[in-house]
Amino acid sequence: MTVALERPTIAASPIRRRRRFSLGAVTPYLQSAPLALILGAFLLLPIIMIVVVSFWDYDFAAMYPDFLTTNYSDVLGSWVTWKTYLNTIKFAAIVWALTLFIGFWVAYFLAFHIRTTAMQMVLFLVCTVPFLTSNIIRMISWIPVLGRNGLINSTLVHMGLVPKPIEWLLYSEFAVVLAMVHLYTLFMVTPIFNTLMRIDRSLVEAARDAGASGWQVLWNVIIPLAKPGMAIGTIFVVTLVMADFSTVQVMSGGQSASVALMMKNQMSLLQYPAAAANAVVLLVLVLLMVAGILRIVDIRREL
Amino acid sequence: MSKAAEIDIVSVSKVYGTTTAVEDISLKIPAGTYCCLLGPSGCGKTSTLRMIAGHESISSGDIRLGNAVVTDLPPAKRGTAMMFQSYALFPHLDLIDNVAFSLKMKRVDKEKRRAKALDMLKLMQMEAYATRRPAQLSGGQQQRVALARALITDPEALLLDEPLSALDPFLKIRMRAELKRLQMSLGITFVHVTHSQEEAMALADLIVVMNDGRIEQAAPPRDVFERPATAFVARFMGDHNVISGRVTGSRDGMVVFDVNGGGTLAASGKPQQAGASIDIAIRTDHVRIGAAPAPGLGFTGIVANIEYRGATVKLSATGAGIDDFTVIIDDSEFFARPVAIGDAVPLAWDAEDAIVLGRLHS
Repeated sequence: MTVALERPTIAASPIRRRRRFSLGAVTPYLQSAPLALILGAFLLLPIIMIVVVSFWDYDFAAMYPDFLTTNYSDVLGSWVTWKTYLNTIKFAAIVWALTLFIGFWVAYFLAFHIRTTAMQMVLFLVCTVPFLTSNIIRMISWIPVLGRNGLINSTLVHMGLVPKPIEWLLYSEFAVVLAMVHLYTLFMVTPIFNTLMRIDRSLVEAARDAGASGWQVLWNVIIPLAKPGMAIGTIFVVTLVMADFSTVQVMSGGQSASVALMMKNQMSLLQYPAAAANAVVLLVLVLLMVAGILRIVDIRREL
Repeated sequence: MSKAAEIDIVSVSKVYGTTTAVEDISLKIPAGTYCCLLGPSGCGKTSTLRMIAGHESISSGDIRLGNAVVTDLPPAKRGTAMMFQSYALFPHLDLIDNVAFSLKMKRVDKEKRRAKALDMLKLMQMEAYATRRPAQLSGGQQQRVALARALITDPEALLLDEPLSALDPFLKIRMRAELKRLQMSLGITFVHVTHSQEEAMALADLIVVMNDGRIEQAAPPRDVFERPATAFVARFMGDHNVISGRVTGSRDGMVVFDVNGGGTLAASGKPQQAGASIDIAIRTDHVRIGAAPAPGLGFTGIVANIEYRGATVKLSATGAGIDDFTVIIDDSEFFARPVAIGDAVPLAWDAEDAIVLGRLHS
């Protein structure tokens, strides 16, 4: 009976196998094609164009295909650029430190001090509510709060705590940092919350069993295990701050500079090749920073 | 190193909201005993262990360890060490730092604690892996590291939460032997939670069978197996036929009872009031095919199933109102006089093999 059953299968198999083989060879390429096309068209191609344009020549009216390094020597040779880069890195460092501190504690509270999963999710969604409005609106809404006649200043003056409105609340570096921390803390909370939720609670008990106090558990168990989440959050925040121009422009009232703002100004002066050279330098710098973070912390566990 | 402590649990309860996980249990575990808390999942054995360890608050009652009442002490101040079910090794630390963790918490300086941790790893024959991370170890190796980490605090009692459940069957048996050897050489009290009666029998000096938050029986393994206190214990330990019925009277120091909707049987035990419900247990391997030595010590059953098991043969029979009566007989005995499915066979046992089981007062 088995012989009789097998025979038709053998007869049919060469045709079927051949068809499956030819399809099988192409299938993986077909499957990866959409993503490859999207990444190629919207990421790789623009970057190549920026790199190419950064070597072009330009005057006040037009760009001329060429291979010049003057754009780069202009960028790297001017002390204004260096100052702007340092300023941007300073913002990145301050905002990173603050978002890491705030983000860790928010995530820690959500992960370890809220008992029920339902409540955790509700509070986490509450954290994301500001994201229902645009960046610009959230930023601009600080103006009536911090302004000269804003909420804080008028309250302080009315209470007689200060004789006249505090000037540095708005249109200052303080305002820039405040707005950035406000905008970007959630990018730190999310990955850290994610790593904290994956920590086996019995590790905390094991540490307590070994005599660790609350702070010792935090320092010796929770923080080391939260490092991958902190690294991912750091990459988000650092890249966002390094590329930011709208927050710096609006919140500093044009008194502070950032690399992206400098590029925007160059573009509005039609100095596209100069802006492109700047963009390449910024890209390299940010990639180096990300590489540095990845060297320190192994985030593979999170992916 | 052998400073074992007696553990005394005095009417301890654990209540979560409206559910009672552990209901008013009292238990004395003598110093240096290997004690197994045995029961099905949800019976309160893990809660009991965690209360001894201090990882769970005690709703009412007291726990004494040696001479100290530890009811309200934090885990590390109790002189106990716990080994967690999945071992809970710190994934970011190498083995030395894992084992030395409690010393680090006590701020012992680095050289000293690493040396002691290495000694501990040597005791567990794991020193060759000292600089590895837990993820690079097999289950059995992880267990040894977890043991080393628990024992470095020099505890008076070691508490193990289902320590063998993560291992494959072969390793389970090997690590079981290792646990027993370790307990003998250290001489400290071990409290081991398990749901496997085989594991408990192999390891324990004292088996505590728990069900529904209460202790059904606490006795040495042989007593638990040969004289199960309740129907639950007899069923859980296995190898017993548990039969329920109503007492009709007594004869020759035996209780006579009617199986519900079936025949009349007898069992050794104190005379009981007629009409009272009764459970008895009969060892499956003490039943033989043959005539009853006295009335009530056997019945005629229809063979419903036969399983050949190598050294023994397992028969399932029905009759006298009993649905599933298991008989284990030697293979030689069976094949000398084989029976077939559907045959009516006389089954019999001796008076001392039919034991009257008690009931918990609820």
